[in-house]
Amino acid sequence: MASPRIALEKVRKVYGRHVALDDVSVDVRPGEFLTLLGPSGSGKTTLLMAIAGFVRPEAGLIRIGDADVTRLPVNKRDIGIVFQNYALFPHMSVLSNVEYPLLLRRLPRAEARERAQAALARTQLEGYDARDIAALSGGQRQRVALARAVVFEPRVLLMDEPLSALDKNLREQMQFEIRKLQQDLAITTVYVTHDQREALTMSDRIAVMNAGRIEQLDAPQPIYQCPTSRFVADFMGESNILPAAFLEPLGSALPLDGTLVIRAENLSLEREAADGDGVAITGRVTAHAFRGETWHLRLEVEGERQLLLSIPSGKSFDPADIQIGQQLTAYAAARHIHRLDGGPEP
Amino acid sequence: MLDAYPESRLARALLWSFGSLVLAFLILPTLIVVPISFSGSDMLEFPPRSFSLRWYSSFFGSADWMAALRTSLVLAGLTAVVSVPAAFLACIAIDRQGGRLARAIYAFAVIPSVVPGILLAIGLFFVLARLRLLGTLGGVLLGHAVLAIPVAVIVLYPAVRRFDWVQLQAARSLGAGWGRAIVGIMLPQMVLSLVSAALMAFLSSLDEAVISIFVSSGANTTLPKLMFISLRDQIDPTIAAISTLWTGLIVAVVLLFAARQRA
Repeated sequence: MASPRIALEKVRKVYGRHVALDDVSVDVRPGEFLTLLGPSGSGKTTLLMAIAGFVRPEAGLIRIGDADVTRLPVNKRDIGIVFQNYALFPHMSVLSNVEYPLLLRRLPRAEARERAQAALARTQLEGYDARDIAALSGGQRQRVALARAVVFEPRVLLMDEPLSALDKNLREQMQFEIRKLQQDLAITTVYVTHDQREALTMSDRIAVMNAGRIEQLDAPQPIYQCPTSRFVADFMGESNILPAAFLEPLGSALPLDGTLVIRAENLSLEREAADGDGVAITGRVTAHAFRGETWHLRLEVEGERQLLLSIPSGKSFDPADIQIGQQLTAYAAARHIHRLDGGPEP
Repeated sequence: MLDAYPESRLARALLWSFGSLVLAFLILPTLIVVPISFSGSDMLEFPPRSFSLRWYSSFFGSADWMAALRTSLVLAGLTAVVSVPAAFLACIAIDRQGGRLARAIYAFAVIPSVVPGILLAIGLFFVLARLRLLGTLGGVLLGHAVLAIPVAVIVLYPAVRRFDWVQLQAARSLGAGWGRAIVGIMLPQMVLSLVSAALMAFLSSLDEAVISIFVSSGANTTLPKLMFISLRDQIDPTIAAISTLWTGLIVAVVLLFAARQRA
């Protein structure tokens, strides 16, 4: 059975005076990996918990497939959930944890065991059946939680910041493993994270959330390159948001008006002919720092604006040549300049 | 903890002798009834001049004593059965509620254990009289539950507090209803605390004399009350035999539990 779509229509949740979900509508396509991305308090977890059934919205509809599940209790929704702290059952072995949902569904013991073992094999945990949960590492717990969430072939999968407790290398490895499992099962998945890189790496589409609303919903690349709002531009990493007046056009016919977004990595200190038309921005150096893969450079433009440059450390760039207070000109090619629609000047 | 251990020999010797004295003072009054219970004489005397088992046979041969023993054991069992679930639910409420109200409920639940027993007994006497429960097993049970619930709350609360409630969400997402989630996931993780609480409730009832003296009577007279009455009316070593058996029973229960806990 193909994994169904999840449709939310004007879902509203209010805590006292705080509007956690402000009439959110979103359609998760069958088999899609959709990430809810946003800072803490943006409503992303509340939205996930509403789909799960732990949060009952004041208004709106939640559908899974064709069924309206808005009032259906959690245990009847047939949803696999991976929790932030995994929520494994510490009094049970690894195998018993994974068998639990199957035994609840009255599967014969032998069949439950077989399916649980298959699920554990899928998450690279063969031979861990009898282990205590306490004896597992963070990554192994994560895998058990994943196996337990998919073993009963739920209709959809929800994950609430499942990788936030892991260290960086393991996190990146698990991102690929989770994505592969999700694609193998072709299961409709909603994933919550505040890590933009994680969202970009894993998702089919990303919904950037802010103040209980979805600011922008799109595939990773457009979200990254063409943010439609100042919030998204800010949240998706190091971007410069500037009024057109600060930029000096180079070349012909570059219509510059409104508010423009230039990503820090798209600015350079040398103008390259291949870039064609572009802009120049001049400012004084206020800080620079080495960040491993990049050099980080901060310019002050016309007294108040900060301009952020991120220069690949492989390039010929020697910070010894640069002094604080020195005047520098940064260049950006026209194709890297993105105009924000509307939005007031800061 | 070990850092606070005194270093000098003298200090250590003093500490040991002081500790031993305190322990002796705590234990000896309990132990002194043991030789008395094996006395051959008709009086409570120490040290006994002759030995016999007649006071044990007098205890087991007496219908009154046996009835009181039965009442006490049944009552203690019922007290555990009533107060542990009540205390467990109270702990859940306290933990889930949180904040000032929760602290107030906790204080309220624990207060009966610090109120003087005699005041509680007098109050209970009038309440039970109104309810026409004086002298009934149910009446004494209510009284004992009032004392056992605080004990059970104190034992259970830390375990409930430690529990990770997301596990119940997880169980429900996996298809369990509330009941199955609590019985299958939550309870097994606090078995030890639940058994401790039941044991403490059981012992607190077994041990209780003041409330029993006020509100139990006739066929529902408890063993401690009968001991008190018989001590007042006639002094013979039967009471020492009962005390010895009683102490032995309680020590055995506690040791058994401690041994299981270590295993």
